[in-house]
Amino acid sequence: MSENKLYTVSIYTENNIGLLNRISAIFQRRHINIESINSSISEIENVSKWTIVVKLTEDQMKKIIGQIEKQVEVIKAYYHTEEETIYQESCLFKIKSDLLFEERQIQNIIKESNARIVTVNKEFFVLEKSGRRSEIELLHRELSAFGILQFTRSGRIAVTKTPMEITKMLEAFNY
Amino acid sequence: MRFLPAQEFMETKTIKNNEQSTSKTIRISGSEAVVRSLMAEGVDVLYGYPGGAIMPVYDELYKFQNEIHHVLTRHEQGATHAAQGYARISGKVGVAMATSGPGATNLITGIADAQIDSTPMVCITGQVGSHLLGSDAFQETDIVGISTPVTKWNHQVTKASEIPEVIAKAFYIAKSGRPGPVLIDITKDAQFEEFDFKYEKCTGIRSYKPIPETDPNTLQAAADLINNAKKPLVVWGQGVILGEAEAEFKAVIEKAGLPSAWTILGASAIPSTHPLNVGMVGMHGNYAPNVLTNECDVLIAIGMRFDDRVTGNLASYAKQAKVIHFEIDPAEVDKNVKTDVAVLGNSKDTLAAILPLLKENSHTEWHQKFKDLYQIEFDKVIKDDLHPTKDGLTMGEVLKEINAQTKGEAAIVTDVGQHQMIACRYADFNVSKSNITSGGLGTMGFALPAAIGAKMGAPERDVVMIAGDGGYQMTIQELGTIFQTKVPVKIVVLNNNFLGMVRQWQQLFFDRRYASTEMENPDFVAIAKGYHINAKSVSKREDLANAVKEMMETEGPYFLEVMVEKEDNVFPMIPTGASVSDVRLE
Ligand SMILES: Cc1ncc(C[n+]2csc(CCOP(=O)(O)OP(=O)(O)O)c2C)c(N)n1
Ligand SMILES: [Mg+2]
Repeated sequence: MSENKLYTVSIYTENNIGLLNRISAIFQRRHINIESINSSISEIENVSKWTIVVKLTEDQMKKIIGQIEKQVEVIKAYYHTEEETIYQESCLFKIKSDLLFEERQIQNIIKESNARIVTVNKEFFVLEKSGRRSEIELLHRELSAFGILQFTRSGRIAVTKTPMEITKMLEAFNY
Repeated sequence: MRFLPAQEFMETKTIKNNEQSTSKTIRISGSEAVVRSLMAEGVDVLYGYPGGAIMPVYDELYKFQNEIHHVLTRHEQGATHAAQGYARISGKVGVAMATSGPGATNLITGIADAQIDSTPMVCITGQVGSHLLGSDAFQETDIVGISTPVTKWNHQVTKASEIPEVIAKAFYIAKSGRPGPVLIDITKDAQFEEFDFKYEKCTGIRSYKPIPETDPNTLQAAADLINNAKKPLVVWGQGVILGEAEAEFKAVIEKAGLPSAWTILGASAIPSTHPLNVGMVGMHGNYAPNVLTNECDVLIAIGMRFDDRVTGNLASYAKQAKVIHFEIDPAEVDKNVKTDVAVLGNSKDTLAAILPLLKENSHTEWHQKFKDLYQIEFDKVIKDDLHPTKDGLTMGEVLKEINAQTKGEAAIVTDVGQHQMIACRYADFNVSKSNITSGGLGTMGFALPAAIGAKMGAPERDVVMIAGDGGYQMTIQELGTIFQTKVPVKIVVLNNNFLGMVRQWQQLFFDRRYASTEMENPDFVAIAKGYHINAKSVSKREDLANAVKEMMETEGPYFLEVMVEKEDNVFPMIPTGASVSDVRLE
């Protein structure tokens, strides 16, 4: 019960500028580090969806979900384990173009990792890779050997195996 | 502006207000819209302090001064506590107003207090013009950012047209469900801007569910536990009062014969003299309910949140008991104490719904245990507090005298410290909403301004403020507000020349090293008289009764200082980290 686990928190909210503060404060007060956070539109018009990854005990997780749901502009918050979600992260590498032609090895790495070349010009090329954290980390290690000009990785995005019935909830409000 | 009892305002105003909430559209400024919106919400009095960024609204308050009463406090913190006192005694939303920058930041303590004690309050602050936002303009402060963690909701308005809707939302959120403070920050340009005003009350917000649904199975499960209990104990909190469930609560405990104890904020929901009222739980609560918390077989928590000052060490709190939690806020369930049955919903509804499921019972033997332990507490503590034989006056005997002369019907507004615990322990609370105190935050300086708001929120009631010599000086300038409004509050300072509660801890846990707790105090009587308030100081037992009598019989405000023993302690006491059943009597 007191074991720390990774949880994916999905929060459906009204669009509001102040809400990020409110939600991050809930974690900060309890000294819980946010591993990643992503905000986007959702399947419902005018409803935002936040995906937050945190590592904590299930007991803590439940209490925090309670605190999040309590916020006036939060429509609904869920938490899920790794097994209950389909999730991806995405990353971009910027690498010198010379290497692409001079180092055969790089071409193999790109092919094997299922990474995609987004753009190439004389100076650099940009490589995109989506997948699990471990795949991205592996690719990062392999390319580091050749030198990376810039690297960035996104927060996790996730969907759940079970349905999230937000639309029904919102319809119920309209009677 | 003259002081009008709030009641009078209500009677003359509600008719007009109703007109305003109908759908007529008028073209007015944002600042006029603020005032008209407040009136449409039935606000008869608000507390505040003007300044540059809120001046347009004050200009409108001037124009509407016969319809809405603005009370100028002497500090913005005082405005929030006054609004809280008003809200706590009336059940209505308290309103406080301030300018931007320092005016706004001065509200924060009161907002935090209202948040932790679930008090409905709407704060309105002026803000610099929207074109200046983020430029470090004069008196610009990010009050929305600063107040976020201590508000139930907050919002910045930059367009006049948003004002009616946002204010309507603010009142709805502050009052509904588990109440709390809301802050609305309005830029100066939005106050000046003209628009077509029309007011509609807020009746719902799609992302916000104030009252959770009650699962009938939980009601039955709770009733089964209660019906089969041999040693049930109720601990109730402010949820009974906030839910206006006093009658339903009384019916439930009387039918099932449940001994019932209260948290500080729950005090007064049923009279102190009620035979099922077994006293206060927590750090300085009564001996019997604390000890028997660890002996009961079913603990029935109603509208309370298992604060650490109530539970002591959680690892040894009611471990033998099945726990039922009646609660409006789902986030409170299992937060501190794991429950066996959680009954979600509004206390008024859930208590009414469980009543027919309960069997009549009396638990006579179990009740006897409370009486036996009360006797121990009486012999060891209460006797000396209330009937002292030593020379110096005790705080307890002052409370006893106030009880006698108010028939236990006054609203008692306390500050924070020893006097607060003594007042909660010994005041007779025979009318609901009579214990107005800062519970969760423990804010020294709360009492004097809160008493002003309380008296205005219930002009028909006697309001007796009780503060220590320390906390009184934190908001002493509100004597100016009392003088100007003539609000007839009774001000009692129990002067021990110490920050007594801290001194008690220093004595017990820091080998009597009295670091910065002894105070040289001013002539409090002279200060009160400086504000033209009748005042007296007593230090002898034989003078006490007459002094309290004079205070209660004086028509206007009155200040009474009572010099009490310097180094008395409050007992019983559960030391930090100890179990409720390890409550010390000396
Ligand atoms: C604003 C604030 N500062 C500090 C404290 C810590 N504190 C709690 S009780 C207390 C002493 C209060 O002294 P006094 O007002 O004289 O009351 P007494 O305990 O003597 O009755 C202090 C300093 C507090 N609760 N609030
Ligand atoms: Mg003192």
